Amino acid sequence: METRQGNVAVEMTVNGEPMVGIAEPRTLLSDFLRHGLGMTGTHVGCEQGVCGACTVLIDGQPARSCLTFAVQAEGCRVDTVEGMAEGGALSDVQEAFRAEHGLQCGFCTPGFLAATEALLAENPDPTDDEIRDYLSGNICRCTGYQGIIAAVRRAAQTRKAASA
Amino acid sequence: MKPAQFDYLRPGSLAEAIEALGANPDSKVLAGGQSLIPMMNMRLARPSALVDIGRIDGLAGISANGSLRVGATTRQAEVLADATVQRRWPLITAALRHVGHPATRARGTFGGSIAHAEPAAELPAAMLALDAAFTVHRPGGTRTVAATDFFLGHYTTVLAEDELLGHVDVPALGGSHWAFAEVARRHGDYALTGVAVRLTPDADGVVTDARVALFAVSSRPVRSAAAERLLVGTRVGDAEAATAAGKVALDDIEVAEDSFVSATYRTEATAAIVRRALLEAATNPKGEN
Repeated sequence: METRQGNVAVEMTVNGEPMVGIAEPRTLLSDFLRHGLGMTGTHVGCEQGVCGACTVLIDGQPARSCLTFAVQAEGCRVDTVEGMAEGGALSDVQEAFRAEHGLQCGFCTPGFLAATEALLAENPDPTDDEIRDYLSGNICRCTGYQGIIAAVRRAAQTRKAASA
Repeated sequence: MKPAQFDYLRPGSLAEAIEALGANPDSKVLAGGQSLIPMMNMRLARPSALVDIGRIDGLAGISANGSLRVGATTRQAEVLADATVQRRWPLITAALRHVGHPATRARGTFGGSIAHAEPAAELPAAMLALDAAFTVHRPGGTRTVAATDFFLGHYTTVLAEDELLGHVDVPALGGSHWAFAEVARRHGDYALTGVAVRLTPDADGVVTDARVALFAVSSRPVRSAAAERLLVGTRVGDAEAATAAGKVALDDIEVAEDSFVSATYRTEATAAIVRRALLEAATNPKGEN
């Protein structure tokens, strides 16, 4: 049986890169990413699983990083907003959010982007209802969501056109 | 909003997990953590140790023969997406749609939602309506507990400190009518009241056996004996019977009052959704055998 007490080294693959950081068992994945690895793209909103701002992908599945201990993600593949743009060029989902005004202050955006990636992986051609249902766990206080829904729709279309 | 310190134990087997739970009296089981970690972040819970069962082989998985077996650490998202569950146990699929959001369902486990025993949670009530049985691992063996005997009160079950929920068995639903309904402030929130219904008809469509399992009304999920009694002998989909069953549903049950709604609201909303569910049960496609 593995037992962890106090500070221990935790390894995981973040955005394709093997990384090691120091964590206590109680260190949340959100804090591990931000403070342990210095990757502050993942935002922390409510820290109780309600707002969705801290959503990342763990082994391809969406997860609240504030409701996951870093030690639980040990050895896993974690994808954050930092891994989306390549060489300074926005990803298709990021570009769609820009084009459709899917953000204003941007605080919730990393979580929405991660959730959108998960949605499109599961359902490449979602209806508006499916988009709303899937993103219902992410809260945005600026946009009123219309731009976000349009952005997800646009990202789906772009991706479909690119793969055709 | 940070959890208090704890020791993290990651057993490699079921036997190690049981041993770890027995050796750490103030420990909690960690599976998906989607209910436990918020409570720890808010310091409503501060266990001295967590026993992470997430990597134990054999505790996750779905299999269906005559009945359905779901391993305790099977992710809620996996059960929701399972085609056999959708076809043969649609009541479970309907209940899972109301459990949290995609990101919490991807981590949260089927067994965790049951063992946590949040009174407003959907799955425990679905288990009551389906006559599920829970297999519990304990030092030296296992025991089986019927869903009706499992839940004791707020976050409290019959599980002893050194016991662990292993899997859930659900009998075939085929032939029964079913429905699921709840009232929540927002989709994905905990319910303010909710109901899971199962009606077994005879060849003429007369109810021979009824399950009306309520949640979010009391300190634990509970079957309404009054509504079930009233429904036996009535026709499936009978509007008068549905209304009457809604009215008596909370007789003999102490209705909770909280900062969101009064007991009066709960009682009236429960009557309305029990009626709605009983009417829907007549038209919902039955599960296949």
